[in-house]
Amino acid sequence: MTMQSVATDLGGANAPAGAVPGAARRAWARNGPAYLFLLPWLIGFFGLTLGPALASLYLSFTNYDLIRSPDWVGAANYVRIATADPKFAAAMKVTFLYVVLSVPLKLAFALLVAMAFNRGLKGLPVYRAIFYLPSLLGASVAIAVLWRQLFASDGLVNMVLWQLFGIEGPSWISNPNYSLYTLVILSVWQFGSPMIIFLAGLRQIPTDMYEAAEIDGASKARQFWKITLPLLTPVIFFNAVIQTIDAFKAFTPAFIISEGTGGPINSTLFYTLYLYQEAFGFFRMGYASALAWILVVIIAAFTAFSFLSAKYWVHYDD
Amino acid sequence: MRTGRSPARSALIHLILILASFAMLYPILWMVSGSVRPQDELFGTASLWPSSVDLSAYVRGWTGLQVSFGQFFWNSLVISVLATIGNVVGCSLAAFAFARLKFGGRNFWFALMLGTLMLPYHVVLIPQYILFLELGWVNTPLPLIVPKYLATDAFFIFLMVQFFRGIPRELDEAAVMDGCSPWRIYWKIMLPLSLPVLATAAIFSFIWTWDDFFGPLIYLNDINTYTVQLGLRSFVDSSGASDWSALFAMSNLSLVPIFIFFIFFQRLLIEGIATTGMKR
Repeated sequence: MTMQSVATDLGGANAPAGAVPGAARRAWARNGPAYLFLLPWLIGFFGLTLGPALASLYLSFTNYDLIRSPDWVGAANYVRIATADPKFAAAMKVTFLYVVLSVPLKLAFALLVAMAFNRGLKGLPVYRAIFYLPSLLGASVAIAVLWRQLFASDGLVNMVLWQLFGIEGPSWISNPNYSLYTLVILSVWQFGSPMIIFLAGLRQIPTDMYEAAEIDGASKARQFWKITLPLLTPVIFFNAVIQTIDAFKAFTPAFIISEGTGGPINSTLFYTLYLYQEAFGFFRMGYASALAWILVVIIAAFTAFSFLSAKYWVHYDD
Repeated sequence: MRTGRSPARSALIHLILILASFAMLYPILWMVSGSVRPQDELFGTASLWPSSVDLSAYVRGWTGLQVSFGQFFWNSLVISVLATIGNVVGCSLAAFAFARLKFGGRNFWFALMLGTLMLPYHVVLIPQYILFLELGWVNTPLPLIVPKYLATDAFFIFLMVQFFRGIPRELDEAAVMDGCSPWRIYWKIMLPLSLPVLATAAIFSFIWTWDDFFGPLIYLNDINTYTVQLGLRSFVDSSGASDWSALFAMSNLSLVPIFIFFIFFQRLLIEGIATTGMKR
């Protein structure tokens, strides 16, 4: 700990002049008040974050049902996950498919609408608010309930298909070929918040760049590919990372739409839903802890990969 | 802004945007109209306009489970308000220390705090559950409230640190000269000057807690302790697809608090997202 590093030391300023000299006392005078402010966070960090994280790492090497004490099984949980768990494989497939489909589509919509907005459009605040609303409401159970109805066999979507085109649609949510796509649509519908971030990013691009390009006779398309997109890459990168991590952790819509089963035939078995079933359906706490740590590793690997790749495609001006 | 464009083109853009706005909101509007139209009219028409207004679905929904939705709304309100206060208090204390106080180990703790931003909740879920089970807190709202006072939502600490750093240092330096304690600086200078960020944190905190499904699902198993989200879920399971209008009625009511925040604090919400990149 550095004791005499700073001039504007609020804690130190409070120490009574001519107090008993002593390293401990001085250290308290300098650091004590700050640590008092930090105390709630420190308790939370050790008691609710670091401690539990380590405990779940330990539990992942045990079998534990909450009743008998944890039974050390070495890497058996991980071995079973990797080699003999078809539900894990299904959950990985569903989750990756969901991430790969929903994130790019959502960002594409967000960017498209933000671009349409960015040119001194009248009534922008109203449109922006309307397009943002689904993002704000979308995570609630109510919207998942609504989605269940929309894509049911006698739901709104099929009603519209029938009235407009005379097509008799299937029950989208109970058909394993389509059920995941209804969740993808739900996610894409919530493009509002990345859209707002794109709008903020677009405002940062100096207009004189476009004016110069205009004078040089560059087409709109060329301006988009050569100016807008490169200058927007930091924002695209940010949105992509945040949305991907969020998509890996999606839970509520799949739970409500499948009534907690992840069905039909595991077609909506999001990773977190599988984890929930193992932990709180079957009370296999050790196994679920192993699943949780695998999720951490997947998210960490994805994040590390994103940051490493950023150097090749994200444009930072200095 | 940029060079003007022809009126025809701008009219076309408005037309497209109006149609798109309508399409975006259509499902929500349809849910609202579905809750007030005669039940037999719900299926068979995609129109938004009910032939007559019938509010009985709200009555059926409100009392549709053995515990009324009034209880669920009360539970949700208590949890959301207390959790919001917890987030603002806990996170602003920590953020003040990180942003304004100099102390040994500050960078170390700050780096750890940022590290917890990346950690998925699932990895602490099971040991936390065991801990709260041992404490006898399962089936009480405590596991959903107490952690907030311990600043476990690191995101809000980060948000506040960014804002506090933008407040001129001269203010607290002058206060130190006058012999103000850090506590007084926090309370009398920092908090009053930080109302925008505190409000943003409070609003998002309230909405996220109100919307939260995973936490209540794990900790609240007794129907008397259910939040609105859990009540809705039970309602789906119990009435299944039989009484959609009552289900829609309760779904609409569950969105009302969020909608109120949206109407009154839209600018704060949108600025909050634009400047910090919150995910929703």
